[in-house]
Amino acid sequence: MDKVLLDYGSGGRASHRFVADLFFKYLGNDILARMDDAAVLSLTGPVAMSTDSFVVDPIFFPGGDIGSLAVHGTVNDVAMMGARPLYLTCGFILEEGLPMDDLAKIVASMGQAARDAGVRIVAGDTKVVPRGAADKIFINTTGVGEIMVDPAPSGHRAAVGDVVIVSGSMGDHGLAILSTREGLSFEAPVVSDSASLAGIVGKLLAAVPGVHVLRDPTRGGLATTLNEIAGQSDVGIELTQADIPIHPAVAGGCAVLGLDPLYLANEGKFLCIVPEAKAQAALATITADPLGAGAKVIGRVVSDHPGKVALVTPLGGKRLLGMLEGEQLPRIC
Amino acid sequence: MNSFEAFKDPALCRALLERLQKEADTPYRFMEVCGTHTVSIFQSGLRSLLPQTITHVTGPGCPVCVTHESEVACFLDLATRDDIVLATFGDLMRVPGPKGKNLKTAQADGARVEVVYSPVDALAVAAANPGRTTIFLGVGFETTAPAVAATIRLAREQNLKNFRVLSFHKLVPPALAALVADPDINIDAFILPGHVSAIIGAAPYGFLAEKHGLPAVVTGFEPLDILSALLEITAMRASGRPAVVNAYTRVVAHDGNPVARAVMDEVFIPVDALWRGLGVLPGSGLDIREEFADFDALRLPGVSLPDVPPLAGCRCGEVLKGKRAPNECPLFDKACTPATPVGPCMVSTEGGCAAYHKYRLEL
Repeated sequence: MDKVLLDYGSGGRASHRFVADLFFKYLGNDILARMDDAAVLSLTGPVAMSTDSFVVDPIFFPGGDIGSLAVHGTVNDVAMMGARPLYLTCGFILEEGLPMDDLAKIVASMGQAARDAGVRIVAGDTKVVPRGAADKIFINTTGVGEIMVDPAPSGHRAAVGDVVIVSGSMGDHGLAILSTREGLSFEAPVVSDSASLAGIVGKLLAAVPGVHVLRDPTRGGLATTLNEIAGQSDVGIELTQADIPIHPAVAGGCAVLGLDPLYLANEGKFLCIVPEAKAQAALATITADPLGAGAKVIGRVVSDHPGKVALVTPLGGKRLLGMLEGEQLPRIC
Repeated sequence: MNSFEAFKDPALCRALLERLQKEADTPYRFMEVCGTHTVSIFQSGLRSLLPQTITHVTGPGCPVCVTHESEVACFLDLATRDDIVLATFGDLMRVPGPKGKNLKTAQADGARVEVVYSPVDALAVAAANPGRTTIFLGVGFETTAPAVAATIRLAREQNLKNFRVLSFHKLVPPALAALVADPDINIDAFILPGHVSAIIGAAPYGFLAEKHGLPAVVTGFEPLDILSALLEITAMRASGRPAVVNAYTRVVAHDGNPVARAVMDEVFIPVDALWRGLGVLPGSGLDIREEFADFDALRLPGVSLPDVPPLAGCRCGEVLKGKRAPNECPLFDKACTPATPVGPCMVSTEGGCAAYHKYRLEL
């Protein structure tokens, strides 16, 4: 079988063979292997749960693929609530004709990403739709994890006087996807930062009690994420542009295309907002992990302009950094 | 520091700002003619740092902004046709036409619209859609017109039968001439567009100084470029000797780019054109010449510019002429926002109203 057929979604023998030969091979564990109608899980205390659907085009890109991305995206959302991600479910919508080799690569990549993140995939579903009814493959993942700290970090807890830290450079994933999709290449390669943040966040929460906000700036990028937090907490946020880490290749690529890296998606970075007294301890813990080596303090929470984010430019001017309106589109000139 | 970064150097910028603070002792209002300048002035924070004597006015320099409602209605009509594929630069996708429709909503209704990064890419779209006519939306100033002209020439060389261009190109000097001919003009100096000038050179702007006594500087888009241009304007005003100065010599030759101009002249012919917010401006547009008629989408059967009534309440015409600030328009940030743009200045990210909405903290 070299391509996905409609038969594989029929629920009959073909489906069973398909699931056993592929999904159990790469994702198998004792809970999944029971093949009951639902997974039975052991969880204690408050639980964080999140779901996300992944429809990325292209499905393979520099630095990852849709499979590992589907694990990282949901694991990171659960981790941002101060939780240890434990279990994932995954739902696949496959387009008839998808090459089996591509699917095998994606599922293998999911299995590896799950093991690296310390989560088990405990339930799943596969549907096959006629050619043209979906774009190659869509994956939905749902994750649960036990919340490790009380109170849990939340977008509502940013307080005046806190500082804002990012774990590394902004915009890598968004530009990697866009440039691969459009067949554009830059002087230096742009690679997605897709990664599980469960480990680094666990270390941060253990070492630095009292983290107010954790958030991964995915779609809409850093600017949109901080606008959401400013709104949720009804505070102003002021960023120092020169301190925001941006890879030179991303800055150059964005300049050519007329895009702003502060609005581009990230899939392996997070921002945390902590009281100023804890900033150095947080920064030390984050930078000690390879995933946070490029971490920087980029700004602070202020009482001015509640609900808005201001950017202090390298010239010393101050301007609004608003929320992304629609998607970014390259300009004419 | 590479040369690109050098023109953003904060220490040098601060030094120029200090000089400007001392030397700009006579108040003046300057307008930039290019949307990329508008964005740069806001995005760099420069606007909040200029001396109080200098007032910044945003101008008409965004090709998306000034594409007339009738032209938008024309390409949105084309989007509804099964035999057409539209190829366009991305920033036309959200430009609203009558009844709030745009290319995004047309796409959702089934229109075939391909976003391309270069006009030449539209030839590949045409080759991939042999049963349909691919129409490239030729919106832009002198900056993009030569590349579109070269694409039309290439299509002819390739004997491509299903490719056409809807030429709504606009020319900057005639628009400036119309602007400064307005007796109520309230602009004292101009910052001239670097990209457009790379094609046409500095000479076509000579009338600004010679006929109207207005200082004008062709400059680049980094903060240092803009600050240097403002110092140049300040000096000209102090000396009482207005001129058109090319301060962007690393990109702009005095005579521009003769090769680009030649291909533009070979394929296009200047005509009167409709500008959103400004009306008909003589000699300010480019039609496709008779010799290339087979590539002119306006000559396809059933293609026309429908009459679209002016927008009620919209003051963009006054904003584009520097007579009114964006936030002085009654629709600004109420009926007119980037999500629901009413007028041209809010339509594109490079428009004056959009810049005010996006970057001004104190609104």
